[in-house]
Amino acid sequence: MNEMTKIAATTTLKDWETDQEVRWCPGCGDYAILKAVQRTLPELGADPANTVFVSGIGCSSRFPYYVESYGFHTIHGRAPAFATGIKLANPQLDVWLVTGDGDGMSIGGNHTMHVLRRNLDCQILLFNNEIYGLTKGQYSPTSREGTTSPTTPLGSVDRPASPCAFALGAGARFIARGFDVSKNLPDVLKAAYHHKGAAFVEIFQNCIVYNKDVFNDFAAPKGAEDRQLWLANGEPMLFAKGTHGIALDTEKLTLKVVDVVDGDWQSAGVIVHDVTNRSIAHMLVEMPFGPFPMALGVLYDDPRPTFEAAVMAERAKASAGKEPNLAKLLAKGQTWTVEDSGPEL
Amino acid sequence: MATQLADPEAKSTAAPEAVVVRFAGDSGDGMQLTGGQFTLSSALAGNDFATFPDFPAEIRAPQGTLFGVSAFQINFGSTSIDTAGDAPDVLVAMNPAALKTNVGALKPGGLIIADTGEFTKRNLEKAKYDVSPLEDGSLAKWQVLAFDISALTLESVKPFGLGNKEALRCKNMWTLGLALWMFDRDRQPLIDWLNAKFAKNQILADANVAALNAGHAYGETAELGGHVKKLHLGPVPTPAGLYRTITGADAVALGLVAGAQLAHLPMFFGGYPITPASSILHALVRLKEFGVTTFQAEDEIAAICAAIGASYAGQLGVTSSSGPGIALKGEAMGLAVMTELPLVIVNSQRGGPSTGLPTKTEQSDLYQAVYGRNGDAPIPVVSARSPSDAFECAIEACRIAVQYMTPVILLTDGYIANAAEPWLVPDPATFKEFPVSFLAEKNAGDSLLPYKRDANGKRPWIKPGTPGLMHRIGGIEKAVDTGHLDYSPGNHQAQTDARKAKIDGIAQSIPDQEVCLGNPDGKLAVVGWGSTYGPIHQAVGRARAKGLDVSHIHVRHIWPMPQNLGALLKGYDKVLVPEMNTGQFKTVLRDQFLVDAQPLTKTSGQPFAIAEVEAAIATYFDGVPGNAGGDDVPPNEQQLPSVKAVNL
Repeated sequence: MNEMTKIAATTTLKDWETDQEVRWCPGCGDYAILKAVQRTLPELGADPANTVFVSGIGCSSRFPYYVESYGFHTIHGRAPAFATGIKLANPQLDVWLVTGDGDGMSIGGNHTMHVLRRNLDCQILLFNNEIYGLTKGQYSPTSREGTTSPTTPLGSVDRPASPCAFALGAGARFIARGFDVSKNLPDVLKAAYHHKGAAFVEIFQNCIVYNKDVFNDFAAPKGAEDRQLWLANGEPMLFAKGTHGIALDTEKLTLKVVDVVDGDWQSAGVIVHDVTNRSIAHMLVEMPFGPFPMALGVLYDDPRPTFEAAVMAERAKASAGKEPNLAKLLAKGQTWTVEDSGPEL
Repeated sequence: MATQLADPEAKSTAAPEAVVVRFAGDSGDGMQLTGGQFTLSSALAGNDFATFPDFPAEIRAPQGTLFGVSAFQINFGSTSIDTAGDAPDVLVAMNPAALKTNVGALKPGGLIIADTGEFTKRNLEKAKYDVSPLEDGSLAKWQVLAFDISALTLESVKPFGLGNKEALRCKNMWTLGLALWMFDRDRQPLIDWLNAKFAKNQILADANVAALNAGHAYGETAELGGHVKKLHLGPVPTPAGLYRTITGADAVALGLVAGAQLAHLPMFFGGYPITPASSILHALVRLKEFGVTTFQAEDEIAAICAAIGASYAGQLGVTSSSGPGIALKGEAMGLAVMTELPLVIVNSQRGGPSTGLPTKTEQSDLYQAVYGRNGDAPIPVVSARSPSDAFECAIEACRIAVQYMTPVILLTDGYIANAAEPWLVPDPATFKEFPVSFLAEKNAGDSLLPYKRDANGKRPWIKPGTPGLMHRIGGIEKAVDTGHLDYSPGNHQAQTDARKAKIDGIAQSIPDQEVCLGNPDGKLAVVGWGSTYGPIHQAVGRARAKGLDVSHIHVRHIWPMPQNLGALLKGYDKVLVPEMNTGQFKTVLRDQFLVDAQPLTKTSGQPFAIAEVEAAIATYFDGVPGNAGGDDVPPNEQQLPSVKAVNL
């Protein structure tokens, strides 16, 4: 989010809806994410005129057409580069970047890495459905091993990439996770908005046509308590109604699941979540689902100065006391004057 | 023209009008620096000049090898100079490899200055010489002046106590000193420059000055076998005013800054390092006070995408590269066409395909510029003919981009980017401004129509941040006026036609094509574009001096072309198109105007020699009744006779 935007705009969900027909498949998780964003923006006091949604290519990248703000649907994988140009040209703008697992982790992996390491102030929403939807169901870089698809009829053999681990490795200062129909998604979006710098949010999204219910093992309402670890800064890492927690195995230097008896998480050694602890963040993004619950919410949040602020500061410093005089610039360097009668040194 | 520089028989020859000198040595010998400083001294002496730096792609190629030779050629004189010269009159060879790779170009009777200190057994082997060419008579058709420059340099810097390696580094200044003596040049500007360059190390400054002076004194006092005479080339008559030397890369950078100022816009430059385009980025990073934001992106694609993003947000987006990088930018260029945003794309062309010849020049990206995108994606193309012309072309590219809301390609090449020439510094007060305006309120009553076109076919430029004008753009086909997604057949037809009409219409804003030398009709037009200007102009001038009816036309606007160009070309019996590719502009001319344009092609990584163009012109005239052939051109059996002459 942008600090300069002091005056909160008063809008409602309706103000963020466009007159365009939404063209996702009926039942697609994208609808829920769109609603969550449109519900959150008024609460943030965001101004539609000052907001830009930038996307690449893919199902998720149609998002800007449905948000009543400025929107730029660009080319495959390159949204971070466009966002960089937009933000450097006008740092006042609130820039949201919408991408997917194919767009952001495959063809655009390079740009995802660099926008994170530079720490451009923007919100990056990566809709992860572990499949290529718009091109009709090929496996993606986040598809699990063995995923059958038109290009992997015998099951995929590549190991999947983990977007949050990638983001942290690239130098991201904010990492969060949510899923399409989660009631907590607006809170995750708000935290991302309030983080000054590149805020990376992985949103698990159900592709009901090509990869249906692939996240049900943790996202299904039934038994969700046991399989979701919602992280909150300053709170113990508890799940399953407080009966289990995450502790540090100090011998192996890994995380472990511990039982919590009678709510006494302290004696069970449950870790208190500190969003600024980068070591713990590394463990959380790598924490395997199955033996562990799915880590959701804000995993890491430790701001650093933004790229555009550094660029502006450098330009101000380099320009200080210099007059932009074009005539003088053109005549710079070693010059000589030719009189009508001949040259003079 | 033949110089009398090395003619021992000539007792009192008049000074030649122009001399071509080539400095060649190891890539670590400082030849580019020597050439650059000699250029400056030529400028200060009031000579006109053109230079041609020719260096290897390797940063520090193994010492003494043939592929590690770096050369710098300068053509300077008291007459107007358009090219870096065909064959050198003087070759300074700092080692056997430099001699071997360059001596073939030297004029018969030309002068070789060689450093015998480097003609060791080992260096001769590296240059693949069995016997020293200085001793076996193989250099008989040239004048050879061989002496131990290494030893003389070591002697001259002895008082400063430098190590052997450091001391030998002063060789280039010793050689420069000798060259300054040969051409009667003032040493003081060079001494000032050395003192400034080595301000932090006075010993090095003193040693280099001592070497420079020693080389100069050597010329003054030594018996040089009668080969070398001190020559004074007078100043060339030029328009009065303030001059500086400028390379094409600097001219592009300055032109872009000027263009952005004339448009009243901040400039955003997205670049990624690539030879020979990087120097534009190097120049612009130092001009932040002019509202320039530079961004070294993670790759070529990000560089152009960021520039498009900046244009979308209301700045003048610019990106720059060379052929391989431009190829990567192709998809994003299509997006800029579809979203109709202004953008300037500079291509400093180099030899291709693929990595090709990174440090050598070529004009083989013309098809890429005009045709090289998916879909019908017309983009205007402007080409610079010389370093100083690149300044005006950069401004022109900016003008077209903002006045028509379109990406524009500016073509230069490795030769223009690196070469230097004198430049009459223009007065910005004489430049015509083209300020842009952004849409501030809805443009159709209560509605906003982001794709509503004006009389020029241009859509409004709407900056994010403007209240009430929120809208969405992207690469999917846009509905007429509203800009909504629209795949319908009629709409795509209408928008494809509108995009084409808009670019075609730019022709109305560009000047009619002029004939830069010769007549507006006649027997032969030599049509060029880009950096072939110099050799074509000189060759046509020489042919005309022999009485041949030949004219030179040089096209700046490659796409769209000037409105009168077709009619103009049809006024000549024949059209010859010299270009450093396999005939790309020739094909475009044929396609656009159904003229029988004939190619003259060269793809050696070197610019055309004047003589090559001259010889090609001669074939159109020899032995044809009614055509005045040149005296010194032998009859040619494969002549291409004038249609009019044959029909007489």
